[in-house]
Amino acid sequence: MSKDVLVKVNNLVKNFSVTNSQGSKKSVVQAVSDVSFEIYRGETLSLVGESGCGKSTLGRLLINLIRPTSGSVVFDGTDLVGLKSNAMRELRKKIQIIFQDPYASLNPRMNVCQIISEPLKTHKIYKTKKENENRVKELMEKVGIRREFINRYPHQFSGGQRQRIGIARALALNPELIVCDEPVSALDVSIQSQILNLIHDLQEEFNLTYLFISHDLSVVRYISDRVCVMFLGKICEIGNTEDIYERPLHPYTKFLIEAVPKPDPKLRKEDKKILTGEIPSPVNPPSGCRFRTRCPYAKDICSESEPEMKNYKGRFAACHFVLES
Amino acid sequence: MSEMSNEQFLLKINNIKTHFFTKRGIVPAVDGVTIEIPYGKIIGIVGESGCGKSVTSLSVLGLLQRPGKTVEGSIEFNGRNLLQLNKAQMRKLRGNEISMIFQEPMTSLNPVYTVGKQVSEAITIHENISKEEAKSKVIEIFKNVGIPEAEKRFNAYPHQLSGGLRQRVMIGMAMSCSPKLLIADEPTTALDVTIEAQILHLMRELRDKNHTSIMMITHNLGVVAEICDYVYVMYAGKVMEQTDINELFEKPCHPYTEGLMRSIPRIHSKNTRLYSIKGVVPNLLKLPKGCRFSPRCDKATKKCFTQEPELYKIDNNHSVRCFLYENGVR
Repeated sequence: MSKDVLVKVNNLVKNFSVTNSQGSKKSVVQAVSDVSFEIYRGETLSLVGESGCGKSTLGRLLINLIRPTSGSVVFDGTDLVGLKSNAMRELRKKIQIIFQDPYASLNPRMNVCQIISEPLKTHKIYKTKKENENRVKELMEKVGIRREFINRYPHQFSGGQRQRIGIARALALNPELIVCDEPVSALDVSIQSQILNLIHDLQEEFNLTYLFISHDLSVVRYISDRVCVMFLGKICEIGNTEDIYERPLHPYTKFLIEAVPKPDPKLRKEDKKILTGEIPSPVNPPSGCRFRTRCPYAKDICSESEPEMKNYKGRFAACHFVLES
Repeated sequence: MSEMSNEQFLLKINNIKTHFFTKRGIVPAVDGVTIEIPYGKIIGIVGESGCGKSVTSLSVLGLLQRPGKTVEGSIEFNGRNLLQLNKAQMRKLRGNEISMIFQEPMTSLNPVYTVGKQVSEAITIHENISKEEAKSKVIEIFKNVGIPEAEKRFNAYPHQLSGGLRQRVMIGMAMSCSPKLLIADEPTTALDVTIEAQILHLMRELRDKNHTSIMMITHNLGVVAEICDYVYVMYAGKVMEQTDINELFEKPCHPYTEGLMRSIPRIHSKNTRLYSIKGVVPNLLKLPKGCRFSPRCDKATKKCFTQEPELYKIDNNHSVRCFLYENGVR
């Protein structure tokens, strides 16, 4: 893989202020807390973690749907933060997103042609209706929807087909980066594999770069080149898929992967080590290492100082007691 | 499984047909399903959306709403046919001898009552005990299902708890009257993997301790492999294959089961193309002629498009609804 950096994220922070139930006391949730990483051109980088770890917020920051509190996102040499809206609009052609829920992400009052051509019209790509329609038909074919269905409405399609329409819309402007936010979580197993294959094929055909956000670790293993594990707004570990799954450095990564129910009854372990406890509140994260309250390896130092992201032979992890690799 | 005598089954769902009478026609959501649940076992019902797995459980619980109705068959629970009980009798059974856990712990708890009150209500309805006794029992239950600070949580409202804790409350409520049968409809689908592992562990513990039978409805084959003893695979309202857990993963016979197995991205797989079953689940209003899986099946022959296969027994523990096994051999 060439190490051509497409996106560089530097010390990104996103705070949300929340009020308590009486609306009086304000507190701050650090959804994304000092996160730095790179995405290489043509790769699939996955963000994994449990709900509330900030993976979706990070995805939205990356395409500038929300503005960061501090830090920068550099896309192909341009810093997205503070970019004027005209310039951002131009850049949006290159950055697209596929959403989780294929029922909520398509406007029920638009037909397929209108849905897929909306980005084309917004950016005034084609002059004539005919050109527009041809492009829509071409895209439909690419994602496996029959051309004849061009005038149908979302409710006439199944979940899998709707997700294909969402993908066609994301492809319309020939983007370079697509953020896939849980694109197959709402689909049945047999349909899920069809969509994963499509996502995979499109990457090869158009040399796309994916940021793939998912909580399903089997899907992530299948689709990604590198994996970034998040916990409570911070990155625990980032590395090649094989390394992450076979030789995790961070204890959280290890427990997360072990928790996945394996589709093989022979691997059933009655005494499987289970991570106890719940995710701490992001309003009031633990001192030092954020994972320490659930970590069986935690020692005094973990509550005293926050572990830094360190390089272990080309892999990165933030832990005082990294596991043997 | 059928070599066992009748007395070993807590629940026998006998060839039930549950249909929905809609304006556009009759939807045979459950179309002749037979499921047997022995004492103290965890039985998995697996299938994709619309295969009738949830409707089967609602039929057992007597919670079907119009236009749905079980039109044929019997559901024998502990020697009684549930379909012949009236509403009051059914209510007595539900929450007491048969309990359920639903997928969405957010919507299945009442937001305006504390979780403690909701669980004690379940107990006081079925048992003749005072409020105080019920409260101490609830706290005991909360401790059993692993809710930290059980006394404090007694007075918490559902929105103050995380998804995992809410599901624990639901399980606590379901287990409060020591039911003989627990029906769990996708109990971990809305939860994170680490919490899912905790909940599955808890369910297995409850089975071991109380000898509760569990009917586990799920689409996740990983969860099935993790917890079930015997599995029924459903497709478009019918059981396609039934066998014990090891056999299911070692030698899946029905082309549909095989397809499902091959389409899961294995955690140990490399970046190769995934197998996918072509096409989509059929519309139950317009079921294909013959075998209902035939339009999506790679192995379909002429016969499959005209005649419906029966459930053929290929082993004492293994039956398959596919003409490939018509002669009882694989």
